Amino acid sequence: MVEYHLKTPLSEEDVRKLKVGDIVYISGKIFAARDAAHKKILELLKKGERLPFDPQGLLVYHVGPVVKKVGDKWQVVAAGPTTSARMEIMEAEFIEMTGIRGVIGKGGMFERTTEAMRKFGAFYGAFVGGAALLAAKAIEDVEDVFWLEELGVPEAVWLFKVRDFGPLIVAIDSHGNNLYMDVINKAKVQLEVLLKSL
Amino acid sequence: MLKKVVEAITLAECNLPPDVENIIRRAYETETEMGKAQLKAILENVRIAREMRAPICQDTGLFSYYVEIGDDFPIRASKIKKVLIDATVEATRSIPLRPNAIDVLTEKNTGNNVGQGIPDISWDHVDGNTLRIAVLPKGGGSSYVAKLHSIPPAKGLKGVVEAVIRSVFDAGSMPCPPTFVGIGIGGTEDLAMKLAKKALLARMDENSKNEELAKLEREIVDKANSLGIGPMGLGGRWTIFNARIEWASRHPATLLTGVCFSCWALRKAFVEVSGDEIRVYQ
Repeated sequence: MVEYHLKTPLSEEDVRKLKVGDIVYISGKIFAARDAAHKKILELLKKGERLPFDPQGLLVYHVGPVVKKVGDKWQVVAAGPTTSARMEIMEAEFIEMTGIRGVIGKGGMFERTTEAMRKFGAFYGAFVGGAALLAAKAIEDVEDVFWLEELGVPEAVWLFKVRDFGPLIVAIDSHGNNLYMDVINKAKVQLEVLLKSL
Repeated sequence: MLKKVVEAITLAECNLPPDVENIIRRAYETETEMGKAQLKAILENVRIAREMRAPICQDTGLFSYYVEIGDDFPIRASKIKKVLIDATVEATRSIPLRPNAIDVLTEKNTGNNVGQGIPDISWDHVDGNTLRIAVLPKGGGSSYVAKLHSIPPAKGLKGVVEAVIRSVFDAGSMPCPPTFVGIGIGGTEDLAMKLAKKALLARMDENSKNEELAKLEREIVDKANSLGIGPMGLGGRWTIFNARIEWASRHPATLLTGVCFSCWALRKAFVEVSGDEIRVYQ
């Protein structure tokens, strides 16, 4: 278990050295996108249009933040991760088309995302579910927000500037390892042992 | 009284109860290195919430109240019901809380955490002139994995243990583990679930005073934790922090068992009214 402090945009080399179980703290730009934003970004890219920001080398954060406007500036009040599994059907394509180097979320993702992360060089960083204030504290600035009117606050794309955002546990690395799937497979074996012993 | 209920809601949302924090601290000592990183972040988040008087999690839950009203308590139940509804609206505005009450038919959010049948209020009538209200807001992630099991009565309590362990496995990483598990054994189908949820109000750094139930609670914790799902489903020593059981007599043909999860952020608070004194505590 190694601890890394990384700055976005990340290079492929940055990501390839990460192994499951490592701890990462991120500084620099990340962007918030969940269900509707994933769909929107994929639609635009498939039509050959350009995004209003460059996602290359950034991380996507699965979150619907609670924000408030102070003057003309947005402030993040709470920003705990949402369940990543819902984005599984889109994430592999999202990684390929946007060139992001990682995903931050909770609860983990499955085979297709794991394969895309192996192929394109990206990782999944698990942030503690419910630790909404810890996350908000690491967000130094809201640099921009896109499609706010169309998608609403929780679903819009928020561009955050973060400092030492973490701890993120590397739960899927770029070498095909998926901690959640290992844990569940082991738990399944143990479940059978337990049920037999009852 | 409205003010005091708002105070209790604020306390529940922003201040993790001492029994819950105790057990997280205790678990930290024995957790694996990776699990420790998770529990440390949880404790840090709890500290910030307390300092800022801000909700622990952005999912501030759907509200349940459990009321024990003395026969000689001077305020009528219908008035108390109104206070609880008004306090929910007021707390949603003042803290503020995330509005979570969605109309099932129109999909519209009511915007104030009050909707059809919500907040849920349970009543119990007791002797005397005191009033006790328990506040229990609970997030969606842990409610998503709740289960009602119908166990063949011949399987007995072994069947109960099996059902709970299966539920913990099925829940996996979804309810933000390590979780607290409320178990309701026996009774009717609705009662089994009600008891399961109510069991979450019990102290979590203790076990039942009934030795047999305490043994069962400990057996469930040991077996569930041997699954190794761990904090946030990343693997580790603690998958559930504790299990508490409530029970009711069963029908000869049924052994219904409700399993109710709370994420690590088990939020609860109590209001007690006795004469002129109103006490808010956790």
